[in-house]
Amino acid sequence: MSDLINQTAPETGETTRMNMIQAINSAMDVVMARDPDVVVMGEDVGYFGGVFRATAGLQKKYGKTRVFDTPITECGIIGVAVGMGAYGLRPVPEIQFADYIYPALDQLVSEAARLRYRSAGEFTAPITVRSPFGGGIFGGQTHSQSPEGIFTHVSGIKTVIPATPYDAKGLLIAAIEDNDPVLFFEPKRIYNGPFNGHWDRPAENWSKHPGGEVPTGYYKIPLGKAATVRAGEAVTILCYGTMVHVCAAVVADMGVDAEIIDLRTLIPLDIEAIEASVKKTGRCMIVHEATRTAGFGAELSALVQERCFYHLEAPIARVTGFDTPYPHSLEWAYFPGPVRIGQALKNLLKDA
Amino acid sequence: MAVPPEGHSRANLAPLQLHVPEPKFRPGDAVDFASVEVPPAGAQRRPDTAAPADSFHELAYTLVRVLDEEGRAVGPWDPKLSPDRLRRMLRHMVLLRAFDERMFRAQRQGKTSFYMKALGEEAVAVAAAHALDYEDMCFPSYRQQGLLIARDWPLVDMMNQIYSNSADRLGGKQLPIMYSAKEAGFFSISGNLTTQYPQAVGWAMASAAKGDTRIAAVWCGEGSTAEGDFHSACTFAAVYRAPVVMNVVNNQWAISSFSGFAGAEATTFAARAIGYGIAGLRVDGNDALAVYAATQWAAERARTNQGATLIEHFTYRTEGHSTSDDPTQYRSAGEPTAWPLGDPIRRLKDHLIALGEWDEKRHADQDREVAEEVRAAQKAAEANGILGHGLHQPLDSLFDGVFEEMPWHLREQRQQMLDEEQASGRPWARK
Repeated sequence: MSDLINQTAPETGETTRMNMIQAINSAMDVVMARDPDVVVMGEDVGYFGGVFRATAGLQKKYGKTRVFDTPITECGIIGVAVGMGAYGLRPVPEIQFADYIYPALDQLVSEAARLRYRSAGEFTAPITVRSPFGGGIFGGQTHSQSPEGIFTHVSGIKTVIPATPYDAKGLLIAAIEDNDPVLFFEPKRIYNGPFNGHWDRPAENWSKHPGGEVPTGYYKIPLGKAATVRAGEAVTILCYGTMVHVCAAVVADMGVDAEIIDLRTLIPLDIEAIEASVKKTGRCMIVHEATRTAGFGAELSALVQERCFYHLEAPIARVTGFDTPYPHSLEWAYFPGPVRIGQALKNLLKDA
Repeated sequence: MAVPPEGHSRANLAPLQLHVPEPKFRPGDAVDFASVEVPPAGAQRRPDTAAPADSFHELAYTLVRVLDEEGRAVGPWDPKLSPDRLRRMLRHMVLLRAFDERMFRAQRQGKTSFYMKALGEEAVAVAAAHALDYEDMCFPSYRQQGLLIARDWPLVDMMNQIYSNSADRLGGKQLPIMYSAKEAGFFSISGNLTTQYPQAVGWAMASAAKGDTRIAAVWCGEGSTAEGDFHSACTFAAVYRAPVVMNVVNNQWAISSFSGFAGAEATTFAARAIGYGIAGLRVDGNDALAVYAATQWAAERARTNQGATLIEHFTYRTEGHSTSDDPTQYRSAGEPTAWPLGDPIRRLKDHLIALGEWDEKRHADQDREVAEEVRAAQKAAEANGILGHGLHQPLDSLFDGVFEEMPWHLREQRQQMLDEEQASGRPWARK
């Protein structure tokens, strides 16, 4: 992936190699050190440090009243976080898998997302819900889903999805400091390394990727700003999370001069970056792992059509997971991998 | 604008403190379970099954126990089972342990993605299955594979599911151990916690509404009693006097969270029943006869329209939560051996020996037979394939079962996938 540009070379200060888990851990560490009102809560996040180790060491450092295990009730975790936020804290609840977020839907959709609106700003819910999401780990139906489209449909919640350790840390700090509720979905397939979509090849780690070089201190990546992962002229690829790396690998393999945009934040969306790129390339492919119908790709497609119609030289292409539950054994037939993306790209460029 | 009343200063008040539970032992700590109260076997009264739920509240705060330290069955809860029944229960528990051991190892060998053992909790599911009618409907959580074993469901079938292979009845669609076996009265397991609780109540309500005679039974862990679904289920069960046996398997640990994070510092899980006005029992979960007796009693209540019973099975999760966690990272390694209620298999075996209906040699012979049975089943299952090695299901089966009839968009996506297969060079065939 040597042709990745703008994987945001660190700005200032000391840096070190981190995988995405370490970067997320570092983000919480840095913010907790600066702001005594930041609290971390969730199932197994305390002594154990989280089932993916994202909160390792935090309880020891900041104590049990700031980093604590919770009962197994996602509805309760988010409801309590909203209440702590109403008090004036800045809770960072973890939902252990995004597949388990649904019991919290009412607290997220009807409460956190609307508290500012319905109280005329008297109360807000400055919470950041961290949750691992996505498949490619043989997690079956209940450890693989990508439910971001459910939440982007709700007004009042921000949705953030990082694709590198560097972005994960900067975006998470920005999310925690944001005064609105933020859903921070972590693509668990790339916790330990970027993934090119070829499941039958050896796994990579973050040690050689530019996005694995992470400042040890405080920095923010503003919410609502996309990253141009690769500049190009032939086609714009809109993607986020794991798919950023799969797309980059496909583009490199095919030798296509694509412009790859990592959205990083779905709500608010960096529409300027999208519009400028599609108007330049005249072609647009949208890639996400989530199911297709009424997914976030549908919104992206509508926006591009509305704003770039007269610049388009081909129909907008959507590449997604299929509209089925995430299967266990046929995981790689479900996953939008290099073949699906490659075929769509070829098709999109056939008259170019 | 509201103003604080005069003369009221917060400065004089003591600061509040947030209580965050902490388990007694962490890695490296010496374990002493002296604080776990273990009442003598046979000490608890057995109310008439027609007694009102509020007339035996004390049974929610103690432990119903039958097997004493000498392996005798004592007291009013002794179900007085035949030696044959006892031997069959023992064999099922031994078989469950051997099955778990074998499949755990298969996961470690990379033959599947995931496994969960019931080590130390074998009595909970096995004895319950023996006490229920075969036709009663079970809504298990992911650690009640003992129900299938005790209902003599073929091991090969279970293993096929674990391997997601070509003979997997669930077509490779579901995570290993999330069985579904309608024929055995075993509801499809969800990975989501406690969702089965209100479903079991609904099944039981339907059975009652239809004038059926079958009852439902449901299981969850103590940790997941925190989920809202548990409380919805209790409310419905109380309101409609649903014929359901609700089991809470209190094995002390929910991954790394001890039972205190579900409320065990303040009360028992059986006592949840009292607030809802349903019958509550707290049972020694490592005592197969106590589990049997409690289940039989609760089933009798359900069958005679006395309504639901909540049974807390007090036991210990000897292994990690699943193959995905290492329990030595969060609890003392001394806990499993120090657990005061002993090993459920050894206790039932000692009882049979005390009765003169069993001996060490027969037990050792049975261990060998069972190990051979499991080994043979594994061989047969692996002949149908193991996860990740080759394509075990037709690719287009991915789209089966989303709806009864496939809408156009899925037919289109199915065609797209088949085209991809052509173009892919079939990478799964290479492994």
